[in-house]
Amino acid sequence: MNALWILAVNEYLDGLRNRWVAAAIMLLGGTALALLLVGSAPTGTVGAGALEISVVSLTSLSVYLVPLIALLLSFDALVGEFERGTMLLLLTYPVARWQVVLGKFFGHMMILLTAVAVGYGAAALFTVLVSDSGTAGWQAYLTMMSSSLLLGAAFIALGYLISVLVRERSTAAGAAVVLWLIVVVLYDLALLGVLLADHAQQIGPGLFSALMLASPTDTYRILNLTAFDSVGQAAGIAGVAARSGFAVSLLLGLMTLWVVVPLATTMALFQRREL
Amino acid sequence: MVNAAAVEKVIDVAGAVKRYGDKTVVRDVDLSVRAGEHMVLIGHNGAGKTTLMKLMLGLTRPSAGRVRVLGADPATAGAGRRRALGYLPESVAFHSAMKGREVLAFYARLKGIAPAECRSIFEQVGLDRAADRPVRTYSKGMRQRLGLAQAMLGKPQLLFLDEPTSGLDPSLRRHFYGLIDTLSRSGTTSLTSSHSLNEVEARADRIAIMKMGAIVACGTQAELSRQAGLPIVVRLGVRSGSGARVAESLAAMGKIHRRDEHRIDLFCLGASKMVVLRQIAALGEVVEDVDVMPPRLDDIYSHYMENVQPQ
Repeated sequence: MNALWILAVNEYLDGLRNRWVAAAIMLLGGTALALLLVGSAPTGTVGAGALEISVVSLTSLSVYLVPLIALLLSFDALVGEFERGTMLLLLTYPVARWQVVLGKFFGHMMILLTAVAVGYGAAALFTVLVSDSGTAGWQAYLTMMSSSLLLGAAFIALGYLISVLVRERSTAAGAAVVLWLIVVVLYDLALLGVLLADHAQQIGPGLFSALMLASPTDTYRILNLTAFDSVGQAAGIAGVAARSGFAVSLLLGLMTLWVVVPLATTMALFQRREL
Repeated sequence: MVNAAAVEKVIDVAGAVKRYGDKTVVRDVDLSVRAGEHMVLIGHNGAGKTTLMKLMLGLTRPSAGRVRVLGADPATAGAGRRRALGYLPESVAFHSAMKGREVLAFYARLKGIAPAECRSIFEQVGLDRAADRPVRTYSKGMRQRLGLAQAMLGKPQLLFLDEPTSGLDPSLRRHFYGLIDTLSRSGTTSLTSSHSLNEVEARADRIAIMKMGAIVACGTQAELSRQAGLPIVVRLGVRSGSGARVAESLAAMGKIHRRDEHRIDLFCLGASKMVVLRQIAALGEVVEDVDVMPPRLDDIYSHYMENVQPQ
């Protein structure tokens, strides 16, 4: 059996053992269901199916929760093993260091996949059963689920970067919280503030788009709200969506960069690390 | 394939230096270990034993000098080469939520070893009854045995044991060294570090004494004691009233210490031992008892620790 696969499975089993998988499923599924229950009443007649409307709600939810879960899974992946002393032993086994990072990544992605598939899958099932629009709009829903995984992958990779940079587990935890706060919450607030203060309208649409695309969470939001017209209508930003004109491939490419760059940097730093 | 020269010298360290910032942890170490040899590294805490082992394991790279293990540079050799190594780190740690059996199966898989082999190893280290308990519930001794179990996986060609018996009770310690002896007999080369001298006495083929990052002496126990020039002690029991006479006739042989009326200690060099014994025999019936005590490893060790400074 390949070392990469052994490490990934070990990480996943670890997630099952310490109830991480269960907790992530409950967090995602529970909040999704709660959100849909509250939001299912005022659908009105906007010409969008129930699944498409839930994409709008769940996109806003995922933007906060998925990065949080991803960072919680990943922040101590490396520093925790340095601190416990288990990394020392592992690296004397026939395992390359990049395999350790990638193995953990695949394991954590499997945990996230389980949480998204079961949690959001249950929410979809619920939506289809209670609404009368059936399974229409499933493509948008599936896009939301898979792009949530991509968003999670980016934050898992960022978590590893924190994990390889700091010397102590507690520092990593603090750094993860700060990263989440900045990228997920404060960045958008700051952007909004700048826009409101910009009376002279110096920030043109070009710069604003660039600022939006600089954030992985905003990229995720744009992708889900504009990739399908019906979702844009449900979100009430149909016009915006039409004008934003970002190609799906560009959005996906940007998000993939947020996965690849931190992951590759982590591997390079880990390779040079002396124990 | 590993070539013949590499097999001859399983470990070959030449002029190895390791600095962390401006602190030199390993200074100019030369050490070679032949196939099948049991080498013991002795030194205080912080003498550089663990760092030297980490250099040999490729976990860290030397600031200067050359380290070769099984014929290759451990820091750059492919991961596959590590299949032939076993390592028991000082204060070994495992994922505490895992059961003993799961831990060993995980490491076995990484080494490409069938999990079936794990069962016999559990029996050898005496953990077969605790194999299905989480590691969290293990005592220090049990954790250490699990550590040895993983190091033994796949009958490694070369075994690194970093303070393997620290914190173990004497009977467990004996059991532990018994297991290591068994491995040695089957041809495993081993490097053990320790600060407890008595337990490695008679087990080591050669001993290297480390002090402040340098190896201040290296050789068999007999060689070390000869180099140290420590005296042997000849302890005599003599008939009452003849003590003064015996002491006088042996005075030229070495330093005399009269413990009491009946007992005399003679400190002399190991090389002159037979001459001394013949002289004593010639004294006739006044000498009732003779004991010859070679310097103990502890004495040799404290000699090197106190009197020999690394250059």
